[in-house]
Amino acid sequence: MDTTADLLKTPLHSLHLELGARMMAFAGYDMPVQYPMGVMKEHLHTRAAAGLFDVSHMGQILIRARSGDVTDAARALEAITPVDVLGLKPGRQRYGLFTNDKGGLEDDFMVANRGDHLYLVVNAACKHEDLARIRTALSDSCEIEAQFGRGLIALQGPVAEAVLASYAPDAEDMLFMDVADLKIGGTPVVVSRSGYSGEDGFEISIPADETERVARLLLADDRVEAIGLGARDSLRLEAGLCLYGNDIDETTTPVEANLKWAIQKARRAGGEREGGFPGADVILNQFDTGPARLRVGLQPSGKAPVRAGAELYDSESGGAAIGTVTSGGFGPSVGGPVAMGYVPADLSAAGTTLYAEVRGKRLELAVSALPFVQTTYKR
Amino acid sequence: MLKFTEDHEWLKIEGDVATVGITAHAAEQLGDLVFVELPDAGSTFEKGGEASTVESVKAASDVYCPLDGEIVESNQAIVDDPSLVNSDPTGAGWFFKLKLSNPSDADALMDETAYQAMIG
Repeated sequence: MDTTADLLKTPLHSLHLELGARMMAFAGYDMPVQYPMGVMKEHLHTRAAAGLFDVSHMGQILIRARSGDVTDAARALEAITPVDVLGLKPGRQRYGLFTNDKGGLEDDFMVANRGDHLYLVVNAACKHEDLARIRTALSDSCEIEAQFGRGLIALQGPVAEAVLASYAPDAEDMLFMDVADLKIGGTPVVVSRSGYSGEDGFEISIPADETERVARLLLADDRVEAIGLGARDSLRLEAGLCLYGNDIDETTTPVEANLKWAIQKARRAGGEREGGFPGADVILNQFDTGPARLRVGLQPSGKAPVRAGAELYDSESGGAAIGTVTSGGFGPSVGGPVAMGYVPADLSAAGTTLYAEVRGKRLELAVSALPFVQTTYKR
Repeated sequence: MLKFTEDHEWLKIEGDVATVGITAHAAEQLGDLVFVELPDAGSTFEKGGEASTVESVKAASDVYCPLDGEIVESNQAIVDDPSLVNSDPTGAGWFFKLKLSNPSDADALMDETAYQAMIG
């Protein structure tokens, strides 16, 4: 493991320490895993009021077409992602995927059309590779600016809108996946109505030297608590959202990962801009034939959490493993264990009984629809 | 008087039976417990054997048998409500009662002063 001295710090590092966070190494950063409130209460607070998450370790990347026309940047980005970027209207954001020649996933990300440029948020552990991938593919036609030192916070939960609107009234007019320039306490910020908790909420990009001041302003509201990576993980698992490196990686395709919705009609077979991304032949063929395996929700019937790595079986004893759990733990809002994993497509129907091997015992679980909790996005 | 192990278990010894739990320090480090698996009465363990499993929201951890012995009772209350371990680790949050094979082995365990010094 990295020693603390080798770890990078986000602009909120000293605030985390001041708030009494327990810190851990995550993607090369010294990050808060939980605050004194504890993971369980942090999770439930986010679902009941609002949680503030430091996600500054993620990578922010701006792409500007040399022509000055954002559609040229969108067209260029479509060469390395199966997502319809050209159809993304100014002020809108969508979920994206980088694929490889085998149809596997190199990363997932968010992409926004900011009118005169594209704005991407990519995973912390993949950001340098993503930057290199984008530079290689787009440098001929675009200027690429990495903003890896910039602050990024997420404000999530049912009162997130009210809290943010008390500083930036225009936040009330934003719908799910809208992106806008707002000001918080005089600081210009870029706000998207999105997040990874399953709750309504916002991600707020802030100049590094203003991040702590803005975070303190939001935390000054009694309804907002600082939330660590522990609760972030249980919230996203309950929301059925993929964690790159666990639920999706370079060996899983978007179709297997149940992310077909992220590939819009324009890029599918028969669409206006069919294919033209890495692994298109594999992925579009899977749309036709169906994948051999599929990511599904898994709900253990007992109380024992079933963690990532547990092997799945179709019978209570004997037989070979038929799949693997990729994320699993306790869902505080569900009040019991929840998991996700890959199973053969013919065993992927909701309600199918499977077994996971935990400490030498086979525990019964049921294939479950995702998400485990109702999402509350403002559409 | 309570005895302590380096693995953060406590023992309250009465005659040749020890009531065993995890320390407040261990409970705090583990965070909110959501699942506890306890050994069956009648099962026997050697010192250091994996007698129990606890799971927090994030991770699973083993609880070791502090000395050689036979389980005579497990605390169903913490199976029903694992948060008892967090709220009352040395009281209602006890794990199991262990009939010691060699009660004198307990003499080698730490007392509270030594344990507090170890965890700093």
